[in-house]
Amino acid sequence: MSTSLSLILAAAAMIGCGVYLILERSLTRVLVGLVMLGNGVNLLFLISSGPAGRAPIVGGGDGAMSDPLPQALVLTAIVISLATTAFILAMAYRSWQLTGGDNVQDDVEDAAIRRLALTDQASDSFDLSRQGDADDDLDVPEEEGRPA
Amino acid sequence: MNALVPLPVILPLLGAGLTLMLSRRPGLQRAVSTTVLAVVVVVAAILVYQADQHGPQVIAIGAWQESLGISLVADRLSAVMLLVSAIVTLAVLVYSIGQGMTGDEHETPVTIYHPTFLVLSAGVSNAFLAGDLFNLFVSFEILLFASYVLLTLGGTGARIRAGTIYVVVNVLSSSLFLISLAAVYAATGSLNLAQLAGRLDDLPGSVALLLQLLLLTTFAIKAAVFPLSFWLPDSYPTAPAPVTAVFAGLLTKVGVYAIIRTQTLLFPDSPLTDLLLWAALLTLVVGILGAVAQTEMKRMLSFTLVSHIGYMVFGIALGTMAGYSGAIFYVVHHITIQTALFLVLGLIERQAGSTSLIKLGGLARYAPLLAVLYFVPAMNLAGIPPMSGFLGKVALTEGGLQVGTPLAYTVVAAGMVTSLLTLYAVAKAWNLAFWRTPGQAHEMAQELSDPTGWPGSREVVQHRGHVHVGANTFGARDLDEARSILDEDDDSHQDFHQRIEAGTVPSRLPRTMVGATAALIAFSLALTVAAGPVFDYTGRAARDILDRGIYVSSVLGEGSR
Repeated sequence: MSTSLSLILAAAAMIGCGVYLILERSLTRVLVGLVMLGNGVNLLFLISSGPAGRAPIVGGGDGAMSDPLPQALVLTAIVISLATTAFILAMAYRSWQLTGGDNVQDDVEDAAIRRLALTDQASDSFDLSRQGDADDDLDVPEEEGRPA
Repeated sequence: MNALVPLPVILPLLGAGLTLMLSRRPGLQRAVSTTVLAVVVVVAAILVYQADQHGPQVIAIGAWQESLGISLVADRLSAVMLLVSAIVTLAVLVYSIGQGMTGDEHETPVTIYHPTFLVLSAGVSNAFLAGDLFNLFVSFEILLFASYVLLTLGGTGARIRAGTIYVVVNVLSSSLFLISLAAVYAATGSLNLAQLAGRLDDLPGSVALLLQLLLLTTFAIKAAVFPLSFWLPDSYPTAPAPVTAVFAGLLTKVGVYAIIRTQTLLFPDSPLTDLLLWAALLTLVVGILGAVAQTEMKRMLSFTLVSHIGYMVFGIALGTMAGYSGAIFYVVHHITIQTALFLVLGLIERQAGSTSLIKLGGLARYAPLLAVLYFVPAMNLAGIPPMSGFLGKVALTEGGLQVGTPLAYTVVAAGMVTSLLTLYAVAKAWNLAFWRTPGQAHEMAQELSDPTGWPGSREVVQHRGHVHVGANTFGARDLDEARSILDEDDDSHQDFHQRIEAGTVPSRLPRTMVGATAALIAFSLALTVAAGPVFDYTGRAARDILDRGIYVSSVLGEGSR
């Protein structure tokens, strides 16, 4: 089966950018990343349906016809990702209402371990002068725009 | 062709629509959802009987030709998963009705609880019945969407924080699932499980291995297999008690089921035994070490949940009939017991206002029934003979010893250690929450709130950021909690002692909540009593899934084997 290289490259680029954005702290950027990732995956389905330009599956015919199933699968995937997007947007908005930012907050366990490291006087490997990471959470906009 | 097969999916979906319309009539809403789930239990029981007597029950949706349309299949494995999940969802629903939905109506919109719960139930049933990979993906999405809503009910700060991680992780794993689907379709031109069983064999080994690893990774995220389990203990404990209970019981097991199904049906010749054994080993050990370190009972149980997934992965990794039989039995046991324990935690929260071991004490005296309800499933979870947890672990151990490789022996040993450490974790909770008096608990909170102020006390030792009191260790978060208990101005963090003093302890628990919990525990004990027949059944189920001709010919018709 011959496939279009441009589709593969486009899918790879979108999935790559998507993964990069998902690693961000802001939920809105994560969301954009998830949308890009989802669209990249949809391109993969187009690749799996074979080369473009074949006749659609209508009535009978002798020539090669395009496979309709991947398109049906992509449609389902698009509908699901639409719902996901709406839900995450709502969550990001709620997070902004509650905390004044949409930064993904630390795992409770991670935060506990970091606090342990900060209070651990016996450890020489932990440099107390470099605590930059601990302030990441505080780096959110002030709560001036927050509705009552 | 069996018209009963789609009912466990259709009925809850119809019920969800109906309860959504009845959102202003809570009484009717409850009646509808309880009836629907009760009918699903009956249907599932009939399916178990039919699948056991007459082989896999199949329906091709829309009467499309087998290879074109979607088929739903209930073989012995699917049917038993369906039955147990239906029983558990019904029990949790009854429990949540007794609790007044979720127990925190002031911050929770109750009208959407019933429809969402039914959609979750439909998604879980569909996952067990799905006869093709894309339908499996869709059912994962159905149950995940319902779980997103249930996990973030009310949108409080803690739930949004936990929900964010949960949603992003699951959307990511769904994308991975889609990637594997695209790859499977490109390689074979089909997504029907029965057709794939034949076509994957013809692929070059490296391509098949790639597809297998993609699918395994996807399902391992859902099933919370280490190292893909990080999201679970953080997100589950914040949800309302019944929601956590049903998540803990069912959602991870759907992942385990998907692993069993794809491993046996699609990739029987490449069981990846060593990789899965390592995963099982690490899941067991890392999970239980997390549980031992917790001082919050919900978090502790979430970690034991992760840990005990390792037992099931162990059974799957062995790839033998004894291994699969033990794994299926353990899944059935664990769904019941884990749900029951989380329901008990909900009762404890209702009675004492918290599930933190810093705040609890003396429950055995103040609520003896609650103590029994905790003790029985806790001992069952730890695997005390003769209960079903013990029997499941024995079956898995026997399976491991039959295989007899050094790695299998190691995992068996790790399983023993995990069992002991589970006992330690639940016994620690028993000692602190049930056995000591509330006064002792309050004294310990006082000591913890100012560990340096008690130089005379031999029991309190401060050491590198945490504090030892007797045999128990507490971290910085626990010290904060102890301080908040003793904060006179703040009434929102009272421990059980203060609540008794203030007279705010409810005198009795709602009967439906206790009844539903007790019924589930009785079911787990019935699994112990009826362990012989159940093991016969899981043995037959294991034989079925190992001989994939049975599945393939019942879906595609005879002659296609």
